[in-house]
Amino acid sequence: MSNNSYATLEQQPAIKGLANTPLVNVVRGAIPGPNPVGIEEHDDVGHLVLRGDATLLASAVAEVLDLSFPDQPLTSCSRDRICIRWISPDEWLVTVPGNETFSAESSLRHAIVGHAAIVNVSGGQTIVHLTGEHALDVLMKSTCYDVHELNFPTGKVITSTLAQAQVIIRRLDSDQFELVIRRSFADYIWVWLRDAAAEFGVNG
Amino acid sequence: MSQSNRIPGGRCVDYGSEINFRFNGRPLTGYKGDTLASALLANNIKIIGRSFKYGRPRGVMSAGSEEPNAILQLGTTPASQVPNVRATQQQIFNGLTSRTTNGWPSVDFDVMSLIGHVAGKLMPPGFYYKTLMFPRFLWHTYEWVVRRGAGIGIAPTEPDPDRYDKINRHCDLLIIGAGPAGLAAAHIASRTSARVILMDEHDKPGGTLRYSNDIIEGLPGIDWVKQITAELNAAANVDLLTRTTAVGYHDQNFIVAHERRTDDLSDVAPVGFARQRVHRIRARHVILATGAHERPLVFANNDVPGCMQASAVSAYIKQYGVRPGNRLVLMTTNDNGYEAAFDWIESGGESAVVVDIRTRVNDELLKRAATAGIRTLTGSAVFEVKGKRQVKAALVCGLDSEKNTLIGKDETIPTDIIASSGGWSPVVHLSCHTGIKPNWREDIAAFVPGTTNQKMLTAGAVSGDFSLSAALSQGASAATTILADCGFDLEDKATISCQEDTVDAFQPCFHIPHRKPTSRSPAQFVDYQLDVTAAAIELATREGFESIEHVKRYTALGFGTDQGKISNVNGIAIAARSTGRSIAETGTTMFRPNYTPVSFGAMAGRDVNELFQLKRYTAMQPWHEQAGALFEDVGQWKRPWYYPQTGESLQDAINRECLAVRNGVGILDASTLGKIDIQGPDAREFLNRIYTNAWMKLAVGKCRYGLMCGEDGMVLDDGVTACLADNHFVMTTTTGGAARVLEWLELWHQTEWPELGVYFNTITDHWATATLSGPGSRALLAELTDLDLDPTNFPFMDWRQTMVADIPARVFRISFTGELSYEINVNANYGLTLWRRLIEAGEKYNLTPYGTETMHVLRAEKGFIIVGQDTDGSVTPEDLGMEWAIARRKKFSFIGKRGIARADCQRQQRKQLVGLLPVNGDVVLPEGSQIVFDKPHQLPAKMVGHVTSSYYSAALDRSFALALVQGGLDRMGQTVQVSIGPDAWETAEITASVFYDPKGEQQHVQ
Amino acid sequence: MLKIHCPYCQETREEEEFHYSGQAHIARPSDPDSCSDEDWGNYLYFRKNPRGRHMEMWVHAAGCRKFFNVVRDTITYEVEQTYLIGHVPRESTQ
Repeated sequence: MSNNSYATLEQQPAIKGLANTPLVNVVRGAIPGPNPVGIEEHDDVGHLVLRGDATLLASAVAEVLDLSFPDQPLTSCSRDRICIRWISPDEWLVTVPGNETFSAESSLRHAIVGHAAIVNVSGGQTIVHLTGEHALDVLMKSTCYDVHELNFPTGKVITSTLAQAQVIIRRLDSDQFELVIRRSFADYIWVWLRDAAAEFGVNG
Repeated sequence: MSQSNRIPGGRCVDYGSEINFRFNGRPLTGYKGDTLASALLANNIKIIGRSFKYGRPRGVMSAGSEEPNAILQLGTTPASQVPNVRATQQQIFNGLTSRTTNGWPSVDFDVMSLIGHVAGKLMPPGFYYKTLMFPRFLWHTYEWVVRRGAGIGIAPTEPDPDRYDKINRHCDLLIIGAGPAGLAAAHIASRTSARVILMDEHDKPGGTLRYSNDIIEGLPGIDWVKQITAELNAAANVDLLTRTTAVGYHDQNFIVAHERRTDDLSDVAPVGFARQRVHRIRARHVILATGAHERPLVFANNDVPGCMQASAVSAYIKQYGVRPGNRLVLMTTNDNGYEAAFDWIESGGESAVVVDIRTRVNDELLKRAATAGIRTLTGSAVFEVKGKRQVKAALVCGLDSEKNTLIGKDETIPTDIIASSGGWSPVVHLSCHTGIKPNWREDIAAFVPGTTNQKMLTAGAVSGDFSLSAALSQGASAATTILADCGFDLEDKATISCQEDTVDAFQPCFHIPHRKPTSRSPAQFVDYQLDVTAAAIELATREGFESIEHVKRYTALGFGTDQGKISNVNGIAIAARSTGRSIAETGTTMFRPNYTPVSFGAMAGRDVNELFQLKRYTAMQPWHEQAGALFEDVGQWKRPWYYPQTGESLQDAINRECLAVRNGVGILDASTLGKIDIQGPDAREFLNRIYTNAWMKLAVGKCRYGLMCGEDGMVLDDGVTACLADNHFVMTTTTGGAARVLEWLELWHQTEWPELGVYFNTITDHWATATLSGPGSRALLAELTDLDLDPTNFPFMDWRQTMVADIPARVFRISFTGELSYEINVNANYGLTLWRRLIEAGEKYNLTPYGTETMHVLRAEKGFIIVGQDTDGSVTPEDLGMEWAIARRKKFSFIGKRGIARADCQRQQRKQLVGLLPVNGDVVLPEGSQIVFDKPHQLPAKMVGHVTSSYYSAALDRSFALALVQGGLDRMGQTVQVSIGPDAWETAEITASVFYDPKGEQQHVQ
Repeated sequence: MLKIHCPYCQETREEEEFHYSGQAHIARPSDPDSCSDEDWGNYLYFRKNPRGRHMEMWVHAAGCRKFFNVVRDTITYEVEQTYLIGHVPRESTQ
């Protein structure tokens, strides 16, 4: 595929400090409680959606990101601040450090031979980590998915509902979870999570 | 008088902890562990409420969730009022305030009791309908008095201070009911790693063991319960939920349970605690161990306070240390009923008489009774209660072998309490929730759960086997079967031993005859909560209601909040007898969720206040808020509606914003428009198939308006799609249609044309869009970009990649206002900065932010449609006068083409979109107004269309509207009548739908 | 509340993650323009409403966004099997 078949754009300004995360307008800070849940945003992350055939994408991902490829449903592979998550049989979500977004997009576009799509969605979503002994309880109040460790072990990724919104959840550890949430839902989800965690307290 | 009925030995109360509470304003004391019912009985309070229809005094009937009478109002403040609380399930706490629900003006003087007294015989089923509906116009008056009198509790008048919560749970095995069967099952399961939930509606596990005299594994039953409970609490794989009622059993083992977490602690939940919680449980397997409810017998005046279930007498004595009187008369149809009499005497009761309807009774049992000093009368029945406000005496008589006639002489036995046991009704309710009818078993005279396709087993009394040994073994074996099915290993086959119960020689009996016929005897109550008598059921069948479902609806049998838990079988038996059918033939009514009432707070959970509905915001939200915007809901989005300045009305603000765009420059947050990224070598072909117009020749750098139809030819959505690169497009959709359109594209790609190489991804949230619109927009934009804005180099319907205010952007020269416009798209992380910089640079151009209302006016002046406002799913592109958007010569028969060609879409006189100019230009026609051609002589008249969009236009200095009118495109210049209220009409002229700049010079401006 | 096995995620999930999408196995006529009104009407509007085994299409809307087919019993609400678009269901085992 020739490079001008697809439009890519370096979307980050050269000048720093112009960005606002989706959570610019929310109340942060601690809520006292017996065993607080950590609810923390991880911003400045590049989000790239990869669409295509697994075999086609796997080699490009290995070459560009030095990552093995999660070709099995609901799996993920990660190293350092880079992670790739299975979303659907022809869709993966890659996250990289924010300032590497365009180079990752361009390099992947270069490395992929054949029909595939790469979409920068960094402005459209953000990442929230839930941590602590009661993080699981907060999730149980929020999603109909069975988040018990037997069903949802470390590294597993699912897309499901979170209250009235949708979310991608990855288990980072027995008591740590990563939520990928959409920008326009972020205020709602933030308030929801803090409300769900209020009985335990919130570390903010 | 304080706690005059209290006796020592109550297993569940803490005699060291006194609790102060109030009932109908009266301060009372009880002990920690008491239910409201046990504490009231301890204080010798007999009358707890007034009945629904006749206002008769009522007392505590049972000791569990089946209670029909002791239903109270709780709460100390107007905000914390809770109606319909069963006193038998509510623990007392210091400060608890309870009141009688029925009874107006007071429980001791009740208006309805007069009505009931005077009109008792005159109030047959259907009384209100038969009597008070005529004359119909007075019904509202009657209704007020009747409803006030009947009383069904008081709703809180202030916001609920409490929080409620929901939680999702998943398990291998859900055990409903922690009586002997449930505990045995949990005991087995706890030794595996299976995920187990055991729940019980009471505050403590144990079920009947809490008051029975059983011995298990050599231990008193209650001690065995404590031992197992400790074991379960220690097991990591078992969740034990008490005060948690499984209220709904839905398909594929989805169970909804209602947990009362702090209702036993205080009036308002402690800070940070959810008062109640709904558990949404998905279980691989369910063991239903819900036990059975004891069925009272039906006899005359059987509702006088002091009439109780036999097992409730035992429960109050053994569990709570409350003996509700000194003398007991107990009527029974089975051996089990005798236990209450033994407990009565053992606890120091003065006397107990057992009236057994059976003629042949186990000698051992009779001997035991004689030894205890209990008088027994066999082949006899209590047929009437003496006493009005409380039981004074029982009228006892012999029964014939058919149990239909009294024989011999009456005997009057003075007593305080008349307990009865007509056998046991398995708690089949949950098993019915998925649509399964229960089966009648003649041998036990009871319904048992029907065969279900749910992965559910029953254990214990619910299965129709009422012995303790059966409960324990069935619980254990059900668990063993399920665990094996789930693949869990059980090392040993544990058996739990118990002292074998006596075998029950049961005699089915439901309704005790009276000297007088049923219709003339003192009232014999079947359904206490809704005052349904045996006579009412017989009358219903005589009036021709034969189906039990009809009898139920006519008499209200089982319609109360208790769902007829103790009345259902008796009612069916009476209906069966009076229609000459068997009970099996008569069948039963359905039990539906919820098993017990669930508060609205618990149903809502945390989806209240600011979390009531998901709200979506754009990146520019903080600025909009600072600017004092008012917001409009568009789908889930909050969009700025308009930005009022001090002292401005809505219309003032809209006029100002509109004129600013027409004459200067305005700025709109257009971020909410749906945006879909489309990539792939076949993207163009796909667009060609899904849109009605042509896409094969759209060049890179160009944009095109597209119209989307369903297969029926009706307009589905519209928007502008831009060609970013050869194989790369970005489609915009309506704000509300974004998710639906994406799913629509995926549907066609995945199910019909998987061979097309194309991918769709939502980028709605990723791009923030600021639209500059108005003749001044070019000059303003030029201040912030190096892009060549010369119209020959950047013409209408082109897009460019550039920097705007130092931020990488894609700028689209498209217009929804009819003015020169630039839609500036940036990564949403920079949306707020972009907006602020545009506002800053726009100051000298008097840049005016405008909202959705102004946008609507401006687009309507141009005749631009809004899908979903000007269309309603029955409008074709041709109806909209948009033939130009239909490319009939495309090779592929695009979605909608064949639909549009249908005869009905091509017929004359379809409703078509036109403009309307009210003759009076000051009148803004209400949107949705119906249209006729001529003022009708009489109504109803045939409507020929309706107003879809209507505004006041500052640019035109008059009102205008868009409307769908029958054959409208051929009626230019004609007038129509628009209905704007009862007998109020406005005359309007049909015009073209473009009111402003019909040649499009403003948006094409060079 | 059904639970439905998504053949793509290869997991059984709660109904609230899915959208119902109508009867399965309705192919678009290959040449709509030459379709008679009756054939087109049948394609567009006429659907089965069986008592019992029903083939229908669902989409894992809040999950992987894939459409797939479901055999569901309209009496018991039991989901017998799920299978990919373009495939045929296995014979009923009942």
